[in-house]
Amino acid sequence: MSRRARKLGRGVALVGAGMSKFGAFPDKTSRDLFADAFTAMTRSVDKGMDTEDIEALYVGNFSSDLFEGQGHIAPIMADWVGLVPKPATRLEDACASGGVAIREGVIAIASGLYDVVLVGGTEKMTNLPTERVTDTLAAASDTVYEGACGFTFPGLYAAMATAYMARHGASVEHFMKVGIKNHNNGSLNPKAQFNKSIRDLMNSRIEKAKQKGEPVPEWSDELDFLKDPKANPVVAWPMRLFDCSPITDGAACVLLVAEDIAKNFSNDPLYIVGTGQGSDHALHERDDLTSIAAARIAAQQAYEMAGVQPEDIQIAEVHDCFTIAELVAIEDLGFFKHGEGYKATEQGLTARDGSKPINTSGGLKSKGHPVGASGVGQAVEIWHQMRGEAGPRQVPGKDIRLALTHNVGATGGTCVVHIYQRR
Amino acid sequence: MAEEREVNSASFYQFLTEKKLMASRCKKCQALYLPPHPICTKCHGSDMEWVEMKGNGKLAAFTAIAVGTTCTIEEGHDRNNPYVAGIVELDEGPKISGRISGLDARKPETIKVGTPLTAEFPEQEEGKGCYVAFKAQ
Repeated sequence: MSRRARKLGRGVALVGAGMSKFGAFPDKTSRDLFADAFTAMTRSVDKGMDTEDIEALYVGNFSSDLFEGQGHIAPIMADWVGLVPKPATRLEDACASGGVAIREGVIAIASGLYDVVLVGGTEKMTNLPTERVTDTLAAASDTVYEGACGFTFPGLYAAMATAYMARHGASVEHFMKVGIKNHNNGSLNPKAQFNKSIRDLMNSRIEKAKQKGEPVPEWSDELDFLKDPKANPVVAWPMRLFDCSPITDGAACVLLVAEDIAKNFSNDPLYIVGTGQGSDHALHERDDLTSIAAARIAAQQAYEMAGVQPEDIQIAEVHDCFTIAELVAIEDLGFFKHGEGYKATEQGLTARDGSKPINTSGGLKSKGHPVGASGVGQAVEIWHQMRGEAGPRQVPGKDIRLALTHNVGATGGTCVVHIYQRR
Repeated sequence: MAEEREVNSASFYQFLTEKKLMASRCKKCQALYLPPHPICTKCHGSDMEWVEMKGNGKLAAFTAIAVGTTCTIEEGHDRNNPYVAGIVELDEGPKISGRISGLDARKPETIKVGTPLTAEFPEQEEGKGCYVAFKAQ
């Protein structure tokens, strides 16, 4: 069956974006974080905005039910930012919830139903002890067949990593290099949970040992530090602690409007010119364990809609919930050939000053991964970078006209891709 | 004898307690499903039958888990006692997630993708669910 080319019924623009600080905040619930993100977003709208103009809210959230014992959060988020009685809808597609919320906001405006939509994502994860966070995240996998035999969520990505290593000849050092790169970026992001480079973290451990009069570790460089099982213990081999995104509290918001009114809000709006989404089987049912079909499909849809090619994309925020995930992502998106993402990373092509900067925000690895908020957080980084407002982590020497976000749910059961244009 | 049990996870796990690893097969297009699907995702037919797998396969991907779930912690696993989970490609074609024994979870760097495996059916404690398991040959 042939299908017609998909396009939006009308153009959609991004006119504001903001996020809470990402981290561990014992005194903040998901609604407090969401209010922080909303306030940051309102301040980013060049010409100001009136909350009364917002017609609907779409909020991404994976599991406030299990993390906080709070279900049905959309109306609460709406209430906390002053939107009641406007329609408020929660979207849940695991870690892709935020990206899917953006897509639903885009579709709502493109349909002509609304002109102004608030999209957000929020997740409060640090209330629970680690083993219960592990259980909750494992609920995003297939609990009947994957969880039952003891697979954790990091374990599933670790399995992808072993398949990738066996097939493409990558080593654990290649995964570590993704983490080093993303922490370098995150060290320049004041909103990041870990805004420290791996080298800074290593040096502070050495300092601490000296101060305490303990034996001083002799790490020659970051890789040496990351290979030390005491400094960087295995979570699910070959994924170690510094291969995994952290447990994070955080929220992010963007304001979407119909293209024809974008200039009423912003001097320099971004236009969402491509959106795509796909689904996939549980990991064990896939033909290829080193690639995510949902990502390839979502990317293809978004590229087709935008009329662009992977090589046209200047920067991207991709879903690096684990270091292996970034390598798979940059291959699935067509930035690098299948099996060559690790070589590109090793060559520095994905660094901030490389030809294809990936995760300038620090990525989920260093910025933090409040799962339902992460997809919206990616759009916040694109907003700052494209408008030249990313401060010390601004990509050097690029007039960024096309950027991409790639947001994955669980091991790729869901993937959503957006392409942003600055005119 | 054709098994008349409904194609669902309850039947699958019931078979497992009987030491049978069962897949579903589409009677129309012969596509084989493990986990068993009630509807064929290839031809969309819904006339399925149970087929017993021989239980032989090879390791397609794996991990040694040091930070487990509440269930595996209760089993006694922790950083010092990790366990191996993997994806097993059966000789008949389908792949399935399972717990893997007979490999050294403390030395995961020695474990090889492609290792031959056989299904095993560990006895479960009263009240605990059973799961798919394989052992290295």
